[in-house]
Amino acid sequence: MSVLVFAEQRDGRIRSVTQEVLGAATRIAAGFGNEVVAVLPCAADPGAASLGAAGASKVLVVTHEAFAAYDAAGYTRAVLAAVERVKPQVILFPASSLGKDLAPRVAARLQVGLASDCTALAVDGGRLVATRPVYAGKANQKLAFPNSPAIASLRPKLFAPGTTAAAGAVESFAVDFTPAAGRARVVRTAAASGGKVDLTESELIVSGGRGMKGPENFHLIEELAEALGATVGASRAVVDAGWRPHSEQVGQTGKTVSPKLYVAVGISGAIQHLAGMSSSRCIVAINKDPDAPIFKVADYGLVGDAFEVVPALTAAIKKLNAQHV
Amino acid sequence: MIQVVCIKQVADTETRVKVGAGGTALDPAGVTWIMNPYDEFAVEQALRIQEKAGSGEVVLVSLGNADAQKTLRNGLAMGADRAIHLKTDAAADPLQVARALAAAIRGLGASIVWFGRQAVDDDAAQVGPMTAELLELPCVTAIAAFELAGETATVERDIEGGREVVEVGLPAAFTTDKGLNEPRFTSLKGIMAAKKKPIVEQPAELGAPGLEVRALELPAARSAGRIVGHGVDAVPELIRVLREEAKVL
Ligand SMILES: Cc1cc2nc3c(=O)[nH]c(=O)nc-3n(C[C@H](O)[C@H](O)[C@H](O)COP(=O)(O)OP(=O)(O)OC[C@H]3O[C@@H](n4cnc5c(N)ncnc54)[C@H](O)[C@@H]3O)c2cc1C
Ligand SMILES: Nc1ncnc2c1ncn2[C@@H]1O[C@H](COP(=O)(O)O)[C@@H](O)[C@H]1O
Repeated sequence: MSVLVFAEQRDGRIRSVTQEVLGAATRIAAGFGNEVVAVLPCAADPGAASLGAAGASKVLVVTHEAFAAYDAAGYTRAVLAAVERVKPQVILFPASSLGKDLAPRVAARLQVGLASDCTALAVDGGRLVATRPVYAGKANQKLAFPNSPAIASLRPKLFAPGTTAAAGAVESFAVDFTPAAGRARVVRTAAASGGKVDLTESELIVSGGRGMKGPENFHLIEELAEALGATVGASRAVVDAGWRPHSEQVGQTGKTVSPKLYVAVGISGAIQHLAGMSSSRCIVAINKDPDAPIFKVADYGLVGDAFEVVPALTAAIKKLNAQHV
Repeated sequence: MIQVVCIKQVADTETRVKVGAGGTALDPAGVTWIMNPYDEFAVEQALRIQEKAGSGEVVLVSLGNADAQKTLRNGLAMGADRAIHLKTDAAADPLQVARALAAAIRGLGASIVWFGRQAVDDDAAQVGPMTAELLELPCVTAIAAFELAGETATVERDIEGGREVVEVGLPAAFTTDKGLNEPRFTSLKGIMAAKKKPIVEQPAELGAPGLEVRALELPAARSAGRIVGHGVDAVPELIRVLREEAKVL
């Protein structure tokens, strides 16, 4: 009886969401026989031993030359083989772009339900209960699982990473996978400009909206973000206008983010925008309209003209940074 | 080439969610129903491929209650050729929907099966890859660019901090992200033509559920924050609260 965790790596590095999922797994493991096993498909071991300290009692390392990039069919095979071996009661994935793609395939093959993009997990009477936002965060669903194993994917940045003193055993685990000719295959990965931290993994985000008046003014947002060490986000209005790339869009049809600090500048706070950022820990709004709906969700609001306030804020933060050096 | 597009009727994104009497689902009273926005990208892409080829058939499939036919008509008005309505009044979870869709799609001889990235009601992002898996089709999710050369599609999808370029041979399934295309508006001519296009009704073969909804709850309202001040003069106070109260700086 155990919890199986899909461990995600990219380019030979274990991704930090993996530690978060292991953290969640160790916290619920008491209800499921205490054992947390990780399965790690990769082209070469990216440091599986380190997963012990994050809570894995055992790591099954599945090496295959096709796994240098994400291989949907191969990863599905690898996880299913681990399921056969471990016979877990619960399987957890990160709700990363990879995890969101992979988890439904595994669930379909096992003919069991999947709770995707969960924000909380609990064990109730020996059964897993998952909480997940629906209707773009306007409501939460509590789900139980009629069949075993129960499968859930966890929203990044919400679950505390696992820490234990124990070391995990690393075992190489051979999986029989012959890549088929027409399968989906990653032929190239292009890094986003600047190689910045992705919005979904940022601790700090500064987003600009239509209140910035034009793309030529976004340097104000970029400068504030740089002073804070934050990532730049945007509302759909400015993405649709072509001022900013789609990869920066936060909201229902963009990215869902949960940073420590979210600063919304010149963003009105439409329900579809709130959908993507209302699980942020602290929300700051800067808007010249005191009645803007964004102030209803913001922890701290500043009513004012972004063109005056943002440069002043940037300067103040730079001053603060200088003091800390 | 036959293409299948799976479309779902969902509550408008502006809907104010009220929990229904059973405590597990949305109260449908007063809700405006629309085609899932991501599914519009899917219909549009299928139509573009068909138009470019100058031949083929675009078949819509939707699982839902009788009202779902409105959304199917909508898709037919965009230009799809015919529709299959998998009729059920039951609340179905993603695995059940995938099962029923797979059963209906199997045997249609589709070269491409299209889905939206996610339905904006359950936000599951599951039905596409699940259905594909049940049909033993390769599937690429959340695509934002699509190129077809012969029997090979080259597509792009956003991942954390970058973009993946993926190649896949047909037949295949795809789920569509925003940015793939600009869906067309329906013309009056399209709406008129849609009235004559066939919608075939079939029972939905849901099978056993994979999930049990214990509760649908409204989230605890974010405790209303406060206005720290007006204009540039309030910047020092903002910095102070972020450091001392929120402890985020
Ligand atoms: C199906 C669907 C999906 C959607 N998905 C998304 C999504 O994923 N993300 C998203 O963001 N939106 C989404 N939207 C769009 C959403 O409804 C809003 O239209 C959009 O969020 C508005 O962007 P905005 O706040 O930048 O612009 P506006 O609503 O125009 O707000 C601009 C704000 O800037 C303020 N302002 C103006 N000048 C200044 C100044 N000098 N200083 C300070 N403040 C100023 C104004 O007071 C105003 O509040 C979606 C809509 C639909 C229908
Ligand atoms: N009831 C349904 N009928 C037809 N297609 C559906 C249905 N539910 C989901 N889909 C398809 O699957 C996609 C993802 O839905 P979901 O997994 O529920 O987020 C949608 O964008 C549709 O393309």
